[in-house]
Amino acid sequence: MSAAAPARGEPAIEVADLRRTYRTTTGTVRRRRLEIEAVRGVSLRVAPGELFGLLGPNGAGKTTTIRVLCTLLLPTSGTVRVLGLDVVASPREVRRRIGYVFGGDRGLYDRLSALDNLRYFADLYALDPRRQRQRIDEVLELVGLQGRGKERVEGFSRGMRQRLHLARGLLHDPPVLFFDEPTIGVDPVGAREVRQVVSELARAGKTILLTTHYMFEADSLCDRIAVISKGQIVAEGTPQQLKARVTARSVVEIEAYGIPEATVQRIRDLPDVEAVTTEIRDQAQQLTVQAREGSQLTGRLLQILEGVRVERIVAREPTLEDAYVALVTAP
Amino acid sequence: MGWWYQLKMQAQSGFVVMVSLVQPLIFASIAMADQQAGNRTLPLLYYALGAGIMGIWSTVVFGCGGALSWQRHQGMLEPLVMAPAPLVLVLLGITLGTATVGLYSMGATLLWGWLIFGAHIHLVDPVAFVLAAVVMIVALGLLGLVMGSSFVLYRNANALSNALEYPVWLVCGLVVPLSLLPGWTHYLAYILAPTWGIEAMRAAALGGNPWLSVLWCAVASLVYLGLGVVLVSNVERLSRAHATLTFQ
Repeated sequence: MSAAAPARGEPAIEVADLRRTYRTTTGTVRRRRLEIEAVRGVSLRVAPGELFGLLGPNGAGKTTTIRVLCTLLLPTSGTVRVLGLDVVASPREVRRRIGYVFGGDRGLYDRLSALDNLRYFADLYALDPRRQRQRIDEVLELVGLQGRGKERVEGFSRGMRQRLHLARGLLHDPPVLFFDEPTIGVDPVGAREVRQVVSELARAGKTILLTTHYMFEADSLCDRIAVISKGQIVAEGTPQQLKARVTARSVVEIEAYGIPEATVQRIRDLPDVEAVTTEIRDQAQQLTVQAREGSQLTGRLLQILEGVRVERIVAREPTLEDAYVALVTAP
Repeated sequence: MGWWYQLKMQAQSGFVVMVSLVQPLIFASIAMADQQAGNRTLPLLYYALGAGIMGIWSTVVFGCGGALSWQRHQGMLEPLVMAPAPLVLVLLGITLGTATVGLYSMGATLLWGWLIFGAHIHLVDPVAFVLAAVVMIVALGLLGLVMGSSFVLYRNANALSNALEYPVWLVCGLVVPLSLLPGWTHYLAYILAPTWGIEAMRAAALGGNPWLSVLWCAVASLVYLGLGVVLVSNVERLSRAHATLTFQ
C-alpha cells in the first residue's frame, strides 16, 4: 500500500512514557474498585525496517503495549506514534498502515472458508476489487496455504490458523507489523515456518514489533530487544548486548527430586547468588542458579541439598535466557 | 459491509436457524389453531405474517446480541475494530446479515400455514409485499445496530435480549391487534419499526394501502441510522478506553 513513510531519521514506532491502567471491581456483595497498572512508563523507539522484540513474562505488559500501538486501547497517559501518526488522534490513519497478527486459536471465522475470511477483510481494508483475488493468492502462497483457500477454517490445524492470521495481517501490505506471540501453541514445525515468514518480512524492509516469551525466538529474529517486566522496560539492546549483561556470571543447573521450598530459599540467600528459578520437568525439579562469576557454588549447593535426591548438577555458560531471567526476577 | 459473509455465517448457525425457523412455527401453530377454534374473522394469513415477523424480530434481538458476543468470544471484535473501515459499517454488515436470516421465519411460517392449516396464501400486491419486507429487514438491521452498539461496550449487554423479545412482539401488534392494547403503548409502537413493517406487509398481502407504513418504516430506519452512527462512534472510543473488546 502507499503508506506514509516516517521523515528521515524519525522512528517508525515511538512510545514515550506510556502508562495504561485498568479499572476493575472485586467482591460480590461489597464491591471494591481496583486499579491495575499494566504498563508503567514504557518508552521505546523502533527504526524503519527494524525487527524489534518485546520480551517479557505473562502479565508484564507486552500485549497491553501492542494493543495501544494497534489502536485497540487508549493510553492512560503518554504518547504513542506509528509512522509519525498519533494513535489517539488519528486511529484510522494508523490502522491503514499497520497489520496485527496475534497468536492463539481465536480471531478467525470458523464457519467461513479461508478465502472468505480473507475476502471479508480485503473489503474492510478497501482493497481494490480487481486486485483482491491476486493479492489473496499472493498472501496464501506466502504463508504456504495455497490450494487450501476453499476449506472451512474450522478444519484447520493450529499452525494453519496461525498462517491464516499472518495472511490476513499482510493483506493490505502494511509497512508496520505487530506480532503478538505469533507462535504460541503452534507445533515446532509450524512455529519454525511462522518465524521464517517473519524473517522474510523483515528482509523485505517491514518494520516489525514482535512480542514473545520465547528467548530463542527473540534471539534468532530480533535486531534489538526490550525486556519488559511488571509494566516497565528493564533492559534494551541487541541480543548480544543483553547476553553480555550476564557473561560475568556463572550458572549452575541442578536436576533433583523433592527440593523443599525452604531449601530453595536457603540457596537464594547465599551471598553470591543473583537469581534462582525452579521448573518442573516430568517428575523432577530443575533449579537454575545464577551467581557472580568465580563463585565456587557447586560444593555449597551440594551441602545445602544434602538429603535431597540430586540427579544431575552442571555448571555452564550463561545464555540469553539467563539474562532474561536475571532481568525479570530482579526485585 | 460484510453483509454477505455475516449472512453466510449466521445461516450456518444452528442456534440462529432454530430461533428464526422453529420458534415462529410454534407460535404460528398456536395462533392459527386458536383462530380456527375460535372462529375468528381475521384470515390465517394475518396470523402467519405476525408469527413470521415475530421470528425476524427474535433473530434480530438474539442474533445481534449473540452475534456480537460471539464475535468477541471468537476474538473477532479486535480485528474488526482495527480495520480502517468505519465501525458503524462493519457492525451494520453484522446486524443486517442477522436480520436477513430472519427471512427464514417469514418463508417458513407462510409455508407452514399453507401446508398444515390450509391458509390461503394469496398476496394482493406482491411487489409492495416484497418491498415492505426489504424495508422492514433494513429497518430491523438498523435497530439491531442501535442495540448492538451497547453490546460492543458491555460484555453482558446481550442479556437484555431476553427482556426485549416479548414486549416488542406485544407492543408492535404482532400477537394481537394494536387496537386491543392500552393507549400509552401506541407511542412505543410508533417508534418501533416492526409496527410499521407488519402494517405494511399485512396491507400488501390482505388488501389496503401499504405505502404510508412503508414510508414510516423507512423514516424509522433513517432515525435508527443517525442514532447508530452517533452511538457507535462513542462506543468505539469508550471500548478502547475501558478495554471491552476482548472476551477476558
